[in-house]
Amino acid sequence: MGSNMAECHPVAFRWPMKAKLDHNATLMHVDPRFTRTSAMCDIHAPIRAGSDIVFLGAIINYVINQPRWQNDLFFQQYLANYTNAATLINADYKDTEDLDGVFSGLSADGKSYAAASWGYQRDAAPTPPVAEEKTFTDMLLKRVPGRPKQDFSMTSPNSVFQIVKKHYSRYTPEMVERVCGCPKEKFIAVAETLLKNSGRDKTCNITYAVGWTQHTTGVQIIRLAAMLQAILGNIGRPGGGVLALRGHATIQGSTDIATLYHSLPGYLNMPDARKAHDTLKDFILTEAVPIMTSFWGNLPKYAVSYFKAQWGDKATAANDYGYDYHPRITGDHSHMPMFLDMADGKIKGFFVMGQNPAVGGQNARLQRKALAKLDWMVVRDLYETETAAFWRNSPEIKSGELKTADIKTEVFYLPAAGVAEADGTFTNTSRLVQGHEKAVDPPDDARSDIWFTYHLGKRLIKAYASSTLDQDWPIKNLLWDYEPEPAEVKEWRIKDEPSAYKIMKEINGYTWADKKPLTSFVNLTETGTTAGAAWIYTGIIPEEGRNRAHDRKGDGWISPGWGFAWPANRHIMYNRASADLDGNPWSEKKKLVFWNQTLNNGAGGWASHAGEIPDFQGTKRPDYRGNDAGIAFDWLRGNDPFIMRADGKAWLFAPSGLVDGPLPTHYEPYESPVQNPVYKQQTNPIAKVWDRDGNRYHKLADPNYPIVISTYRLTEHHLTGTMTRWLPWLAELMPELFTEISPELAKEKNIINGEYVKITTARGTVRARALVTRRMQPFNIDGKIVHEIGLPWHWGWQGVASGDVTNNLTALVGDPNVSIHEAKVFTCNIEKGGA
Amino acid sequence: MAKGMFVDTSICTGCKACQVACKEWNGLDAEPTHFKFDKDKGFAVATNFSGNSYDNTGKLSATDWRHVRFIEQFNEKRTEARWLFMSDSCKHCNDAGCLNACPVSAITRTDMGNVVVNKDVCIGCKYCIPACPFGVISYSEKTKTVQKCTLCNDRIHNGLGTACAKACPTGSIMFGDVAELKTKANARLAQLKSWDAKTKANIYGYNEAGGLNVFYLLLDKPSVYGQPENPVVPQRRLPVSLGFTAVGAVIVGLAALFSFRERGARDAEVKQ
Repeated sequence: MGSNMAECHPVAFRWPMKAKLDHNATLMHVDPRFTRTSAMCDIHAPIRAGSDIVFLGAIINYVINQPRWQNDLFFQQYLANYTNAATLINADYKDTEDLDGVFSGLSADGKSYAAASWGYQRDAAPTPPVAEEKTFTDMLLKRVPGRPKQDFSMTSPNSVFQIVKKHYSRYTPEMVERVCGCPKEKFIAVAETLLKNSGRDKTCNITYAVGWTQHTTGVQIIRLAAMLQAILGNIGRPGGGVLALRGHATIQGSTDIATLYHSLPGYLNMPDARKAHDTLKDFILTEAVPIMTSFWGNLPKYAVSYFKAQWGDKATAANDYGYDYHPRITGDHSHMPMFLDMADGKIKGFFVMGQNPAVGGQNARLQRKALAKLDWMVVRDLYETETAAFWRNSPEIKSGELKTADIKTEVFYLPAAGVAEADGTFTNTSRLVQGHEKAVDPPDDARSDIWFTYHLGKRLIKAYASSTLDQDWPIKNLLWDYEPEPAEVKEWRIKDEPSAYKIMKEINGYTWADKKPLTSFVNLTETGTTAGAAWIYTGIIPEEGRNRAHDRKGDGWISPGWGFAWPANRHIMYNRASADLDGNPWSEKKKLVFWNQTLNNGAGGWASHAGEIPDFQGTKRPDYRGNDAGIAFDWLRGNDPFIMRADGKAWLFAPSGLVDGPLPTHYEPYESPVQNPVYKQQTNPIAKVWDRDGNRYHKLADPNYPIVISTYRLTEHHLTGTMTRWLPWLAELMPELFTEISPELAKEKNIINGEYVKITTARGTVRARALVTRRMQPFNIDGKIVHEIGLPWHWGWQGVASGDVTNNLTALVGDPNVSIHEAKVFTCNIEKGGA
Repeated sequence: MAKGMFVDTSICTGCKACQVACKEWNGLDAEPTHFKFDKDKGFAVATNFSGNSYDNTGKLSATDWRHVRFIEQFNEKRTEARWLFMSDSCKHCNDAGCLNACPVSAITRTDMGNVVVNKDVCIGCKYCIPACPFGVISYSEKTKTVQKCTLCNDRIHNGLGTACAKACPTGSIMFGDVAELKTKANARLAQLKSWDAKTKANIYGYNEAGGLNVFYLLLDKPSVYGQPENPVVPQRRLPVSLGFTAVGAVIVGLAALFSFRERGARDAEVKQ
């Protein structure tokens, strides 16, 4: 669901096929279109784009009302002990059922929530075990909150379970048929299959991709799937879980080591000028206090080690490890608002490395015109991308809207190396890091991204060497030595390629005094004695010269000897949940991690028969009651598998952390022809919107734009086609932009298969071939026919296969938690012709 | 020991990795008829959008030695909804029409059972083209010879399998000994039948054209996949064909004899 796995992750799709061949596994695809994935599945359940929350919420409502689920001790024990179902919520909490689509705490202008009423009821705070605050950890120990109050009967109306039950009580099979346009029988078949394949002896998996993320409710859709899996007892167990298929190769590694503007490596938050982050002490108080009873109680160690890795000798206790000099964010600097700032002339320079916003950016016309406002831009890629060429041949140049002579942007186009031309790693979304080795030098002046970044850094450090300004301190004093050892470059033409090993060692961490690699993140300190850029990777280089990313010993299952799965080579996160309250496996068939009393000289320990590493404190007894006045592992109990959550439980209800509500709620896409049948509140009240000239939205049920449209990918091309549309073998597989439309819609518009059509929105127009197919279908929503079309977004004007830019149609609008754009559903008009 | 491939179309996702891997290994050009020169750009661009499902390459050719077919089977209510994929290529028939037809013996069978064209011997007469019941072998304007899949002749004679089998992500294309592959295919067919007694799944290639070394598990009749139900290798018609020719020759000969004798009799009459 929210994925076209066979299409977009074809190599990974071998595993569902293997499950089919080996175990006759049931594969189900819930999607508006019948795609190459649907062709391989046993069930295809069609749903209108953007109605996923109704479908998933209805499965929860269905499951929790089945006697089979209610009477099975496995589900009830997992629910009561491993999730926060039994926790009591603040009596002031008001649900969307009470307020017709919004939660308590909504501001007067309706644009933000104060989350206080969503919080837990708690016991009184314990007496702190320390009197003075000598260390960061002491600071935290003085502020430990009382334990959350719980009702294990889960009958109190303030219990999370009763709140969830009430919240989804109207999400029925009938509602699914009305809102999603999916036949009741199909929906029930999906719900029954999931329930039937969950329990002690069985688990099932939900896999998703950007079909879920790219919505104004993206985060909530995904969270709802996690809630469902928690209710089915599928998390932390083999064959279960929620698997994210991501949108780019090794984007997992990318976000791990912080290409996210708001993160430090290892998913700490970036110092933020808008928050109480003035000093390092403030930063740690603000960031760690709310989460200190989870494993994040160790945050001070990760933060200090990161700063130490940045500035080495220059980072000391005396200067707060350089914290004052670290950049701070001042707002939302994600892609969309960044381009709006660029369009408004606020951004001077821009590095574009392996990205093509002229085609891939939302409201691509706005983004292309924004590029013309820069002083300079550096584009690094394998081919001359549309972004690199925008100034000479973009549609805006062709139409005269922009004139080359008037564009002041100085564009540097630098050739990049391909993946086989440099050492590096790939990190999959299963957190598995695999190394790849350089096979050949890149040609001529083409260089890898690490070469470019390293040498750019060296030149900048040199340029600022004599500066005495505070603002230059962070660059001038960077610890920046990745010079290759002779053996690393001996066989290559390029002798100044930086050492990928040294970069990984810095990520791994080492003790400062003797530069010996650390074997585990438990050895990171908050006193400046360790340097480590990303605590989640610690252990990948456990000793000098050994990079586990290159290990290649597979065993057909967990394969602990193949690559390195962060953290600490744990493959299935939260695997404590694969054992019951006493530490025994829920079943022999689904055995993974269990308590073995004979270990550690009879003191006992967690073990695994499959080489899996327990995602839990190794010696913590299952019946450990926890230290009420402690933090992190000290506070977490023997039956708290979800160690990254402040209460150790899977969150069915999110008391904090999400800006648009504690429970996923059906809101219509920002542009929709349908009035929200479930609530009065039409769209996500907190969605990120930028209603301005050049980015106008269609109003609800706008008669000028009655057709629902989705954008997606094909197997034959990759992203904006920067690599694939220059390759004739791929170009001839999918030569032109086309739109998939149903025969019903084609008949209405008198559109013939293969002819050109014109698709328009308030942002722009594209011309595409019509591919008329029954794999697209109209939906009957509340008695009204809603038509859907779709467009792949791979085409641009460069290359051997060229076509219009699909993103000319999309708008800048996004999810409020993570600023992901809503590309999977909006509205448009379509007409015959297309001159 | 004959080598070949078993293609299980039931686990094919239509990804076309096989099509591209084949071109990459064999250094094949992009199909020239798919491109047109673009004056503004100064190079040729792809113009072969077909509107036929996801299949824009259309058929096997001298530069397309694999071709993935897409068959959409949907009724109006979408209660029947199926999308079939088939990666088509040369079948390396045990009784190969192309090999039989070649007047200069440019097409031969190797010790591993695969059928290959020797470009140095081929005279480009194109007799083999109509002789193939599957429409595989094709003429190249560039080399002035015919070309087709070689079963990766160089790879398989050096301990490797075919490029398409290696690239296939789901293992739909399997390379190996034909006898072992047949065992696999029978087991897979039996599995499908045990899951659904009403399945139309069938093996295509055990009996056709003397037996195909590249054979398929199909989910519907061969004609649905554009394959001949009872492919006829033209040379197998030769005895009957010769027979007709002989009979026809006798008839024509007798008719001529008869007609000339009559005319002779009439001439003689006239003379008198």
